[in-house]
Amino acid sequence: MADDGLIDARIEAERVAREGYGRLLAFLASRTHDVAAAEDALADAFAAALVHWPVTGVPRVPEAWLLVTARRRMSDEARRRRVRERDRDQLLVAAEEAAARCADEQAIPDERLQLMFACAHPALDPQIRAPLILQTVLGLDAGTIASAFLCAPSAMSQRLVRAKRKIRDAAIPFAVPEATDLPSRIDAVLDAIYVAYGEARLTDEAVHLARVASFLLPEAPEALGLLALMLHLQARSHARRGGDGAYIPLTEQDPTRWDDRLIAEAEGLLLRASAFRRPGRFQLEAAVQSAHAARRQTGRTDWPAILGLYDELLRVTGSIVVAINRAVALAAVEGPRPALTALDQIADDHRLADYQPYWAARADVLAQLGRDEAAQAYERAMGLTTDDAVRRFLAERSAAARSRSIGIACRSSIAAGEDAARQRLAGRRQRTP
Amino acid sequence: MQYMLLIYSDEKAAAAMPKADVNKMLPAYEAYTKGLQGAGALLAGDRLRPTDSASTVRVRDGKTQVLDGPYAETKEQLGGYYIVEAKDLDAAIDWAARCPGAAHGAVEVRPLWRMTA
Repeated sequence: MADDGLIDARIEAERVAREGYGRLLAFLASRTHDVAAAEDALADAFAAALVHWPVTGVPRVPEAWLLVTARRRMSDEARRRRVRERDRDQLLVAAEEAAARCADEQAIPDERLQLMFACAHPALDPQIRAPLILQTVLGLDAGTIASAFLCAPSAMSQRLVRAKRKIRDAAIPFAVPEATDLPSRIDAVLDAIYVAYGEARLTDEAVHLARVASFLLPEAPEALGLLALMLHLQARSHARRGGDGAYIPLTEQDPTRWDDRLIAEAEGLLLRASAFRRPGRFQLEAAVQSAHAARRQTGRTDWPAILGLYDELLRVTGSIVVAINRAVALAAVEGPRPALTALDQIADDHRLADYQPYWAARADVLAQLGRDEAAQAYERAMGLTTDDAVRRFLAERSAAARSRSIGIACRSSIAAGEDAARQRLAGRRQRTP
Repeated sequence: MQYMLLIYSDEKAAAAMPKADVNKMLPAYEAYTKGLQGAGALLAGDRLRPTDSASTVRVRDGKTQVLDGPYAETKEQLGGYYIVEAKDLDAAIDWAARCPGAAHGAVEVRPLWRMTA
């Protein structure tokens, strides 16, 4: 129990530290336009908070604590080197303003949303937006981000530095965009958060970001939809692995192992989002997950409803990823033959060559039809997965297909591709027209 | 902030344009330039003569080398520019989007590196 208390204190301290860091960074950067300088100023204070707060407890005004430490560094720095004096001055002025607000017990305005809009600006490389948001809003270091995105730390650092330089030099605004641009710009922010969620090691951080976004954009149904989607997927994170570490596909998971609390929260968010009557891609994706979650009560999966949602998603996004998922649902509703036809229709797309869920889906449909090519497709899917448990799962399916013992079980490995790779596809999804 | 809007288009296609289409283009640019002026955003701007009039100069080992033609042979050529005053990149992008050239060619937006004392 005592240990749990300590762990809770550490998690809470880290949460508050990241919260305060993100708010301060947004406040300073939006006034100076210099993300790197603001990061520099806050770095020591943030590191100290992560060390001290779990032990001493969280200070009453966390931002004030961070600022006191940060300002000392800023003025030391200003004294030490006289270079770029004007920029330092700007930063000091902004820090003074923040400190004055803290002293007055006025909250520092939460400008993290403006920061997210700057980081997901269309003038920045789409690939760097998610890493940039993770670094600036949550204070994650480049090394952690690099390892999550399977990229060399030095390369990731360079790209982050370059993006921050462009924000400063091209004067990318820290602002909520005009109403006409708002929907597409919100999409860019939400896309970046979903990409972060796709990196298996950063799921908690991405959920945190989605919480921040839905809190700051309460009138944006897609922001609520994204959080609902992520909570539904999170609710199944434990049920996805058996006691022996084996991969369990969605359709074979034990619903009693799903997290009720997260599902309830997701359902509440989706309900709130639907009240706006402005459906969108994330709400539809969340609705698909909601339909899967309903198996907990009904004991069965409503595949026709899921197929209907994928039809609509395909219409909205035209995404090839959605087309694959739709084919999977089609197999469940109308059987493997129309599903194979649907997969054949997209087979020419060169992006599918290294896209694991496509090969897993194709393999399952071929296996259900008793076709010999199933084994080859399974092999391709195995060669493309990064998850050892999924690899073993597909190997079993492949062996089963080879011995012609095909049955209902086949459908589930389609969901395996869907479920395990949903993570990685996020990035892909973005590039999909 | 000051930004340079560099207007790229296929000058061969422009040269081959029927006179009637050219006559439509000119008023569009006039209106755009007036719009920039009216908003107090126009600092400079002009159309460039085609790249067959371009010369590219390099100095190597103290010797001046001049090549006939533009710096880079590309499908689309720099045909004109504006220098505008804009609050931030979004405002500059808005001006770039209004430029008639953005509708057929492309407009590159570059912040000016102001030489401050």
